[in-house]
Amino acid sequence: MKTFIRGWLAALALCAALPAQAELKILATTADWGALASELGGDRVNVYTATGALQDVHRVEAKPSLVARARTADLLVANGAELESGWLPILVRESGNRRIQPGGTGYFEAAAQVALLEKPAKLDRAMGDIHPQGNPHLHLNPRNIGPVAKALTARLVALDAANAAVYQQRGADFAARWAQAIARWEAKAAPLKGVPVVVMHRDQAYLCNWLGLKEVAAIEPKPGVPPSAGYLGQLVTQLGASPARMILRNAYNDSKAADWLSKRTNTPVVLLPYSVGGTDGARDLISLFDDTLDRLLAVKP
Amino acid sequence: MTILKHAAAFLALASVLLPSIGQADDSVASLRAELDALRADYAARLGALEARIAELDSTVAARDAALIAAPEATVADSAPPSGSGSSPSALNPAISLILAGNYSHLSEDPETWRIAGFMPSGGEVGPGERSFNLGESELILSASVDPYFSATLTAAITGEDEIEVEEAFFQTLALPAGFTARGGRFFSGLGYLNDRHAHVWDFTDQPLVYQALFGNQMGQDGLQVKWLAPTDLFIELGAESGNGGAFPGTRRSGNGLNGTTLFAHVGGDIGQSTSWRMGASWLDLEAEDRTYDDVDDLDQPVVNAFTGDSETWGVDAVLKWAPYGSTTRQQLKLQGEYFHRKESGELAFDVEGLGLSDSFTSKQSGWYLQSVYQFRPRWRAGLRYDALDSGTPVIGLVESGALEAEAFPALLSGSPERISLMLDWSPTEFSRLRAQYAWDEARDDGDRDGQFFLQYLYGIGAHGAHKY
Repeated sequence: MKTFIRGWLAALALCAALPAQAELKILATTADWGALASELGGDRVNVYTATGALQDVHRVEAKPSLVARARTADLLVANGAELESGWLPILVRESGNRRIQPGGTGYFEAAAQVALLEKPAKLDRAMGDIHPQGNPHLHLNPRNIGPVAKALTARLVALDAANAAVYQQRGADFAARWAQAIARWEAKAAPLKGVPVVVMHRDQAYLCNWLGLKEVAAIEPKPGVPPSAGYLGQLVTQLGASPARMILRNAYNDSKAADWLSKRTNTPVVLLPYSVGGTDGARDLISLFDDTLDRLLAVKP
Repeated sequence: MTILKHAAAFLALASVLLPSIGQADDSVASLRAELDALRADYAARLGALEARIAELDSTVAARDAALIAAPEATVADSAPPSGSGSSPSALNPAISLILAGNYSHLSEDPETWRIAGFMPSGGEVGPGERSFNLGESELILSASVDPYFSATLTAAITGEDEIEVEEAFFQTLALPAGFTARGGRFFSGLGYLNDRHAHVWDFTDQPLVYQALFGNQMGQDGLQVKWLAPTDLFIELGAESGNGGAFPGTRRSGNGLNGTTLFAHVGGDIGQSTSWRMGASWLDLEAEDRTYDDVDDLDQPVVNAFTGDSETWGVDAVLKWAPYGSTTRQQLKLQGEYFHRKESGELAFDVEGLGLSDSFTSKQSGWYLQSVYQFRPRWRAGLRYDALDSGTPVIGLVESGALEAEAFPALLSGSPERISLMLDWSPTEFSRLRAQYAWDEARDDGDRDGQFFLQYLYGIGAHGAHKY
């Protein structure tokens, strides 16, 4: 018994002494923040993305592989605003990694860098799975990505001073490319202003807000509550009276309700990538918005 | 507004009608003047309102434009998300409350329920009572204490009006090299299901092996240290020790530690959609006068007691599959655990009367295998098979001929079995309704207990995060 425990402790001590990696290890909770971290860190960082574009980030499990990644991360790039509240707290708690505890330099939240839309005036779950800090799906307005990139660059510089010049250079380069891209997108997207659309969930709010799309209905009656047949019937009547131009569906959403509504109301469904990797065209942050606009404009010239 | 309209219409009508009934010209003229004055007033008010609406429109448009065009209106880097920071309650711990209850229909009298061949744990095991039952309401409070520690309390308020501290522990946040320590009262990290609270169980009750060997869940007051390997493969090692006060151990009169647990977990992914975890655990406890109720060969109630060493080891495995790892639509979960316990020491018969005592050794084991399938959003179905092997204990008092084996009916060997089937519906993450049917042969007396449960679970308060 004693020798067993001694052997166990010796094994612990040996493993604890394993050497650390040289690259800055980043764990990003979503594909988009992972893509941003790669843009800004280049070859000086090693980015692991916890979720894919086809996953509903709200419904993910704190699986062992993610806890293992959290253990070694130097920086955790989270979306925040409760998007990951079902699993990230466990990941951070179980990681045994003091660098990424909230409040530390290794914990970064994108939502803390921008003003959020739809901060509820009243908090009551009778209204669905609401987010007290506001709508967390902020990455779909490219104008939010600028400030997040700026803050993330500052964080990379703080964590890895040896490569500060590289991060600052990459940060400035990204900011310039991003500003150009925004100008291009906004010019291209002008015809979309005021176009009435149906959304799935509140996750397109930032895109609609940015492009001036008019959300006339949502397929989920309340956040996180799937539509009932009765509610869908109401939508058909409502859309019959004041039709929408298109139904927006994210790559990770179930297609059933959107397709059903599309057939009944003769409104086309536009599949949007939502996240980097959501469609073949959305390979990185810039092509995410290129692809999103192309798909929207294909319906509304 | 409509009243004004009606009044104007009425006056207009009156102005047309009145002359025809031969009123004097001057009164008509004065009425007309009044009407004109009213019309002018009405038009002026409308104009003012329209102007105000236009003004508001432009303000809103300007604000939207500013919001879209000027994202510089951002919160400063690393500032906490905006909240009511000035309120003292802003620092209150996260509070969740889970309400549970059930309706039970049991074909056999629950008073006679027992696990054949296993010393009763004294825990709250078994199918419970018939008809409606208020379950345990779990109150969970947790928060960071400071940058170095967090604290969590889980209290169970039972249907019998008692408050039990299920867990109350601090946990370190800032130990180096992948170490985490926990102290206080906590559920042991052994096995897979042991440290899960009742509201996250996939069935209304624990597998028989947990009920028999740990009285549902093994927890103690003590310390736990865990270490996570800095590898992409999940490797976690843990050790615990404490007072060993919970079944199968007891509080001891002496100083020092009791109830040492060692466990190891390994886990990872297979592709995008599948994840797994496997573990092994070992638990060593000392029991001192661990009493249990039995009847002797004359059907008289007696209290017997075990004193000695209790050593348990087990293995567990879980595999989860969900398309692209997204549990919204479908998920399949397969899990199984096996435990083996060896107890050796002294068994005292009728400690309050005869007080005979001699050696005792038993080797017992049990396992379960279960699968839960979420076949469409919000709906899950599950199947579980339980089996136990009590073995045949070597009882010194029987070997020596002092007593008959029948003097220890609770220890007469048995092979309890159970099959459980469940279906649950979760309208949201915060509510769940479940139906479960079990063919229970825990008594192993030839009669099968048909157990039907309807259960509700409601969670309010902070959005709890769940372990894998």
